[in-house]
Amino acid sequence: MNKRAFVATRKGLFELSRAGDKKTGEWQITQASFLGDNVTLFMHDPRSGSLYAALDHGHFGVKLHRSLDEGKTWAECTTPKYPERPEGTPDEICEMSGKAIPWSLKLIWALAPGGADEPGVLWCGTVPGGLFRSVDHGATWELIRSLWDEPSRKNWFGGGLDYPGIHSICVHPENPSHITIGISCGGVWVTEDGGSSWKCRAKGMFATYMPPDRNDDGDIQDPHCVVQCLKSPATFWAQHHNGVFRSTDGCENWQEISAASPSTFGFAVAVHPKDPDTAWLVPAIKDEKRIPVDGQVVVSRTRDGGKTFEVLRNGLPQHHAYDITFRHALDIDETGSALMFGSTTGSLWYSDDQGDNWQTITSHLPPVHCVRFA
Amino acid sequence: MATVTFTANLQRHVACPSVEAVGQTVREILESVFRDNEQVRSYVLDDQGALRKHMNIFVDGEPIRDRTSLGDIVGANAEVFIMQALSGG
Repeated sequence: MNKRAFVATRKGLFELSRAGDKKTGEWQITQASFLGDNVTLFMHDPRSGSLYAALDHGHFGVKLHRSLDEGKTWAECTTPKYPERPEGTPDEICEMSGKAIPWSLKLIWALAPGGADEPGVLWCGTVPGGLFRSVDHGATWELIRSLWDEPSRKNWFGGGLDYPGIHSICVHPENPSHITIGISCGGVWVTEDGGSSWKCRAKGMFATYMPPDRNDDGDIQDPHCVVQCLKSPATFWAQHHNGVFRSTDGCENWQEISAASPSTFGFAVAVHPKDPDTAWLVPAIKDEKRIPVDGQVVVSRTRDGGKTFEVLRNGLPQHHAYDITFRHALDIDETGSALMFGSTTGSLWYSDDQGDNWQTITSHLPPVHCVRFA
Repeated sequence: MATVTFTANLQRHVACPSVEAVGQTVREILESVFRDNEQVRSYVLDDQGALRKHMNIFVDGEPIRDRTSLGDIVGANAEVFIMQALSGG
């Protein structure tokens, strides 16, 4: 059972630890870093124990920091840098927005460690759509040109942001050259050769925000979050703008999971690390409102691959609660028993029984971007 | 020698005391500053070398015009202020 978690928020990064017994002790905030600053993402590297925090300073730009001492001290490391756009290249105009896509970092939106046998390798997904790799723990970064130069990138567009972005990076647990990424809005892309070549694999997803004849195009899909089952890595779950989808064949085909209740809209999804049929969602009323259904915060759980769902609400606010959980703000621990999620209104909840019962850790954090056990 | 002064808000993230710098354009002045303080570069300029969207540079009280190439002329004893732009809120 985890005894530590990190919560990245609009106004700082908070470490939580269990007081007393690490299995049953009460969760407490035990350390705060970057107070006042917008910490948009957090990553724990299980290979080295290093911690990474992505910051968006607004005026002063996006930065990446690393801690080698459990978060006691942090040092700025190199931030991924887009190459100079070749002189004479015409502007890449996004078809949907009419805006030119900049070759410039706007947001770090995904961080993932490479494989167990690649100790220095890190992957970083960004807005406006570039994927970066570091082979030296973040000291240097390289833009993955094979994806950036992919012709269909011109079809990608921002969903809620000005530009498209990579928010999900799933490194195959047995083959770190096999990587699956989720893009809003650009679909799901897979490389099986460490990033040399890519294929869009979003067949079965559909996009009702597009004209009917483009509903099924792969490279305009808006998966809000994509997760992979560690024990059964051919199984993926996606919370998509237009519903919930599952693939059991390595993203070759996606099936809509229409039974999710009380709604099929949301941002976050978690899959049990050992049971590909068990997954959790934090649903909301769909895009034009983005509030919990009936003002009740609930978690939706399936144990049968999406045929049926249980709506879990024990311990969660059920009266005029307007908390929304963004894509990185739900996490499951390595045992598959403990879950933690945070909200846009600064609440944080924990369950040690797969969501049957929840305890409120705090209701007073800044807006939560990311929750991670570590 | 021009004098370069940074907004106090930037000091919270990276040390950047006022310094004297030599150069005929804003770009040359900044490069002169960054030679001794590389870390401050990415806080003022974006990854393409342009002035960040929500930053401003004033030379002798006037905002610079060329935010991309930073070609505005800087006089010999100019006062250069690197500020946050109000556009950032």
